[in-house]
Amino acid sequence: MGEPLRLEVRGISKSFPGVKALDKINLKVRPGTVHALMGENGAGKSTLMKCLFGIYKMDEGEVFIDGEKVNIQNPDEALHKGLAMVHQELQPIPERSIGENMYLGRYPMKGVGPFHMVDHKKMYEEAEKWLRDVKMTFDPRAKLGTLSIGQMQSVEIAKAVSQNAKIVILDEPTSSLTDNEVDALFGIMRDLKARGVSMIYISHKMAEIRQIADDITIMRDGTYVGSWEIKDISDNEIVKQMVGRELSNVYPPKADCMTDEVVLKVENLTSINPHSFRHCGFELHRGEILGFGGLVGAQRTELMEAIFGMRHISEGTVTVLGKEVKIERPNDAINDSIGMITEDRRGTGILGCLSIEDNVAISSYRNYVDGGVMINQKKVDAVVKENIAKLSIKTPSSKTLIQSLSGGNQQKVIIARWLANNPDILIMDEPTRGIDVGAKYEIYQIMIDLVKQGKSIIMISSEMPELIGMSNRIIVMCNGSITGQLGAEEATQEKIMTFATKFALGEEAEETDDSTEKEMK
Amino acid sequence: MMSAEVAATKKVFDLKNFLINNGIICVLVILAIITSIMQPTFATPTNFMNIAINAAPRFIVAIGVSGCLITKGTDLSAGRQVGLAACIAGTLLQNPTYAGKFFPNLPDYGSWWIVVVLLICILVCAVFGLLNGLIISYLQVPAFICTLGMQLIVYGVCLVYTNATPIGGYRTDYSTVTQLRLFDPKSGLPIMFIYAFIIGLIMWFVYNKMPHGKYMYAIGGNEQAAEVSGVNTNKTKIIIYIIAAAMYAIGGFLVGGKSGGSSVNMGQGWELEAIAACTIGGVSVNGGIGKVSGVLIGVLVFEILKTCLQYLGVNTNYQYIAQGVVIVVAIALDIRKYIQKK
Repeated sequence: MGEPLRLEVRGISKSFPGVKALDKINLKVRPGTVHALMGENGAGKSTLMKCLFGIYKMDEGEVFIDGEKVNIQNPDEALHKGLAMVHQELQPIPERSIGENMYLGRYPMKGVGPFHMVDHKKMYEEAEKWLRDVKMTFDPRAKLGTLSIGQMQSVEIAKAVSQNAKIVILDEPTSSLTDNEVDALFGIMRDLKARGVSMIYISHKMAEIRQIADDITIMRDGTYVGSWEIKDISDNEIVKQMVGRELSNVYPPKADCMTDEVVLKVENLTSINPHSFRHCGFELHRGEILGFGGLVGAQRTELMEAIFGMRHISEGTVTVLGKEVKIERPNDAINDSIGMITEDRRGTGILGCLSIEDNVAISSYRNYVDGGVMINQKKVDAVVKENIAKLSIKTPSSKTLIQSLSGGNQQKVIIARWLANNPDILIMDEPTRGIDVGAKYEIYQIMIDLVKQGKSIIMISSEMPELIGMSNRIIVMCNGSITGQLGAEEATQEKIMTFATKFALGEEAEETDDSTEKEMK
Repeated sequence: MMSAEVAATKKVFDLKNFLINNGIICVLVILAIITSIMQPTFATPTNFMNIAINAAPRFIVAIGVSGCLITKGTDLSAGRQVGLAACIAGTLLQNPTYAGKFFPNLPDYGSWWIVVVLLICILVCAVFGLLNGLIISYLQVPAFICTLGMQLIVYGVCLVYTNATPIGGYRTDYSTVTQLRLFDPKSGLPIMFIYAFIIGLIMWFVYNKMPHGKYMYAIGGNEQAAEVSGVNTNKTKIIIYIIAAAMYAIGGFLVGGKSGGSSVNMGQGWELEAIAACTIGGVSVNGGIGKVSGVLIGVLVFEILKTCLQYLGVNTNYQYIAQGVVIVVAIALDIRKYIQKK
């Protein structure tokens, strides 16, 4: 390449107790480029970024910024050296204003002698300027909480730019964005590129990498695989390098085991929140994977959470196996043999400070109680072991804390929880979000195995190829209503999109998110 | 943000980690050694038995509080419930021939009456525990506020009930069941210790072998996730506060009999001691973490600290300061552990 590098990483290694998370990783980022960093979950991408950013301390290795060796000990130093990070999960303070969030910890001050106070006027003027810089026109005095996640991300980027960042790390920024928001984000990224800012872009989405990245570095199991210019490497090659093998099929062959028996019937289900779902009705058959498609904000999650007893309904009925049931809380749903893998893994999925064993068994302890009193530890051990093996969860022991696992392995633990509980109906809300290609295929295979055993699955997915590739039927929602239904053969991305954008007149889909959050029990 | 020194420098910081995990206990061991050198009567079986007697009811109360703490709650009404139970037991278990009887016309039942009174104490406290649980789970009032209110309510109830008069003149069998020494009437194993031991065993079983215990830890880990996993979080929390109240009742019943008299001020401040003991023993104030054995260690540490200070002849006023320092340092170390785990 010859030209000077913006960032060079040489031989970073990092061990956690029992695991070598990073082993001699290299990374070379050119000025004014987007450098994609790819790898399966647990490959060590986030760990590498945390080492760069001074959140973790690396065991060995060197980092150079603009040819100068740097030794970054904490995030504050990283910022001073021109590194900024937009986190995978944003950590903003929603109750404070946009400007305050941007200038948190480095407020412009004014004052005389020892008496200093925050110069609010200057802060908001500056904030407005930087926001305009990334083509955003919000009032910096507005509360951050009034923005959508995509907009908050733009604010984070504006903040990074305002700190004169030379290198911006974007850790899966698009995982919760709508297509329009992704386009807006890419627009901003191109602007930054033109200004000579380099970006490290972590994503699992191949199409996005093609659109935005210039170079790519691939990691696998904590090791450095290689770097390429994006134009020199094909999609298949990328996947091959990531998983270390060639994946011939993205989806396993569909099981043809859908029967006519209706296991779940939902009629006229309406939320108590007027902006949420209304008059929704559908049927789920035994042995079926029923896909739920739609745009973000279509209220699919809310509908499923209501069926599972996490949200209140004002009218409508749910019938399980021909019997009308009243579900007021998740416990009731589980007793009616329904399970649910929620979208928000951290918020409503994992039990952070508990072991993998407890996380797997929590829904099924009741099934392993001797004489109504004592848990039969042998049975629990057996069931936990079986499911850890079945899902090939990578862990030193079942006593390991779940929070020390990577995101993909955590998701597998949650799936193991429901396999252990063994419900007839399993609702999976974005089951493969933020999960790498190899693990995705494993999860698809598990879903196929389940329906072959006569279980039924509802799968919410925002990825249309996944919906089409996995579902027996697809139901599409838009703005709280079911707008269409497609059989597996007739489904195309265009048809799904048509239904997904079938707004009733004069209504907006996006603004309903916040109000429904608060309605959560 | 996480501390920079996370696992990176494992070898060098083993000692540091050990100190973070066991710092308070180390200090206490050193203090105990110093005390036993300076005061030969400190390290005697008699003194240790005395510590055991004092620690037993406090351990029972602390075990009750630990459940609340593990679910990210707390129970500030613990001490006052101890006092209420002691007063109820005292008024119902006075010597029939005692002149100043609280209930002059209470007939002289046999010794079985003691068991009935214990059950009455448990029942009355359980009502307050139930109220705590209902308010915290269904009305979602923060546990700190709810139990702070309950603390005042229980104290008020106790004042109304006893009219603030001290109660004494207990039946001999009440004194016997609380003060008995096994093997040797003077220096034998206190029966109080046996009670605490049995209760510790039962609670260990509940925490580790029953779904209730698993649910309790799950709620402390992530309440919403626990609910989604089918844990009836409200029911579990209510049970926790009822069990806790039952523990206070037993603790109050025992400490009343041991003291040979009771007043409305009995048990005052015990909730804070219990919270402190739990924390010293590794029950995390961030929820989800805590062991019965830890609570036992915490209570012992706290009792030994108090005894050491007495033996060293430290002015009582300074003893409070020392106890306060121990509490703050213990919590500060506890938070260090939490940060490290991340």
